[in-house]
Amino acid sequence: MLRAFEKGADGVFVVGCMEGDCHFKTGNFRARKRVEQAAAILDSVGVGGERVQMYNLSSGEGPLFAQYAIEMDEKIRALGPSPVRTALEAQKTAA
Amino acid sequence: MKINTPSKLEKVFKSGHIAVTSECGPPRGSDPEAVTSKGTLIKDHVDAVNITDNQTAMTRMSSLAACIHLKQMGLEPILQMVTRDRNRVALQSDILGAASFDINNVLCLSGDHQSFGDCAQGQNVHDLDSMQLVQTVRHMRDEGKFLGGDDIKRPPKMFVGAAANPFADPFEIRVPRLAKKIACGAEFIQTQCIYNIDKFEEWMRRVRDRGLHEKTFIMAGMTPMKSAGMAKFMKKRVPGMDVPDEIIARLAGVEKKKQAQEGIDICVEHIQRLKEVEGIAGFHVMAIEWEEKVPEIVERSGLYPRPEV
Amino acid sequence: MIVADKKPIEEIIETVKAYDRILVLGCNECVTVCEAGGKKEVEVLASALRMHFIQEGSKKTFDEQTLERQCDHEYLEEIRSVIDNYDAVLSLACGVGVQFMAEKYHTTPLIPGVNTCFLGATEKRGLWTERCQACGSCVLAHTAGICPISRCAKRVMNGPCGGSTGGKCEINKDLDCAWQLIIDRLRDLDRMDDYEIVTPIKDWSTERAGGPRTVSREDVQV
Repeated sequence: MLRAFEKGADGVFVVGCMEGDCHFKTGNFRARKRVEQAAAILDSVGVGGERVQMYNLSSGEGPLFAQYAIEMDEKIRALGPSPVRTALEAQKTAA
Repeated sequence: MKINTPSKLEKVFKSGHIAVTSECGPPRGSDPEAVTSKGTLIKDHVDAVNITDNQTAMTRMSSLAACIHLKQMGLEPILQMVTRDRNRVALQSDILGAASFDINNVLCLSGDHQSFGDCAQGQNVHDLDSMQLVQTVRHMRDEGKFLGGDDIKRPPKMFVGAAANPFADPFEIRVPRLAKKIACGAEFIQTQCIYNIDKFEEWMRRVRDRGLHEKTFIMAGMTPMKSAGMAKFMKKRVPGMDVPDEIIARLAGVEKKKQAQEGIDICVEHIQRLKEVEGIAGFHVMAIEWEEKVPEIVERSGLYPRPEV
Repeated sequence: MIVADKKPIEEIIETVKAYDRILVLGCNECVTVCEAGGKKEVEVLASALRMHFIQEGSKKTFDEQTLERQCDHEYLEEIRSVIDNYDAVLSLACGVGVQFMAEKYHTTPLIPGVNTCFLGATEKRGLWTERCQACGSCVLAHTAGICPISRCAKRVMNGPCGGSTGGKCEINKDLDCAWQLIIDRLRDLDRMDDYEIVTPIKDWSTERAGGPRTVSREDVQV
């Protein structure tokens, strides 16, 4: 997750199964914890923890997935480009 | 009974009288008047006076200095020493300092943790614990030697005491703990203040079963309640304190301005009841910041005048 | 094991400010187990620091490496060939590792990335508690396997003190009273009579008080 932001991603969205239905039992709980950790780190370095988010749904719920994807996309567009991306682009221009 | 020290308290116990002690907290400043004025209030009604040692870890005038002030006005001080703030060098040194002023009584305690006081970021020492401090003072007196082994010139002649809390957890080791303190050399014991007389009498029964009351002089701690509010606070917030609901109800049952007198009445009744209990050698009346009430409590409990020894 | 905790990133940012080429160096042992300074933590920290500094237009670089241990010469030697490429090393090892590095590479500035806290055990994932203060003369045989020095706030050797309430310590009701634990265990081991044995005054000279300590085993030195 952090590498994505490092390379200039404006947002990252993580999808896992419904809580309690994970094939790997607790994989989605651990993922949620890591998403929370990443959000805290992103806050502490001024990128913004709201740019990473986790959603839960079952693999058969195509339309719901699309809805979440649109929601995330709208949210990130509203936030604008990540300050890391802006800085990377500025660096490239200067070089 | 053999007298081991010039302590007046020891003499009172060993001549078969019920002993009475009280307690003063030194000021949070350097004015000796704050100590001597309290001494004046109680001097004819007690055999000896405890001076607390940075109680609740709040920095105050040192116990030793305050004891000297009391000694110089003719009272018999009991130096309280906690092991929280001083290592064995300083503890032995202060014992000698006290002995140089002929202060003949010491009460050995661990001390409240410094996080309760005004220096929560400080270190604590606990080089010795309270039981080992009792052993140390006895060693200095009886062998006349320092812990390091060398002889002491003019060894201290201290009458050594320790504290006991019949109500603290875990209850099952309260009597074994007393036995341990006696084994370390505690010659007198002052208990935490008592409100649950039934439970205390049960503790005393177990103490007597082991004959411990004959190996040390047990003083029952007594603190008069000033109000129902104080009783509730002590029940809820003070660790190791057992305040029965009947006491709170009795205080709450009178109008506010009469509650203090009710608290004193309860204290006097408790002392009178406990005077009849075998194994109780005295009473330690703690009326912190209310020292002016000590004379009334002592007189109404039939413990005045104090014996000449 | 040694338990450490991550330093706040704000503090690390402050201390690395002065340097440009930084090596973030982790350790594969204790700090890995307590999730403070292992390979994963190195990656996360390096990434976070890059994201912070790039926003300032800074050209700082943060390289990543994790050694097996930082308290052994042979592992520290592994970076000898690259150490001169860096202006500073941000070490996520415990205080021992950071210092050992500083002695070995004494012209390279060293910055600690974790706070070393205590000797302890993993109660469960994410929870570590203190068990030992390395007093140098273990008394556990006499205290039913529970240490009054590391687990009692006043390290009383003949406890409990008068503040023990409901099995908890007077300073924090979430902290077990070590002496309650000892008594419970003595009872379960049917050794309550041992409670009345008076523990003598401790020799603290084997502890910190005696000065920095050394263990020298001539029988294994070649």
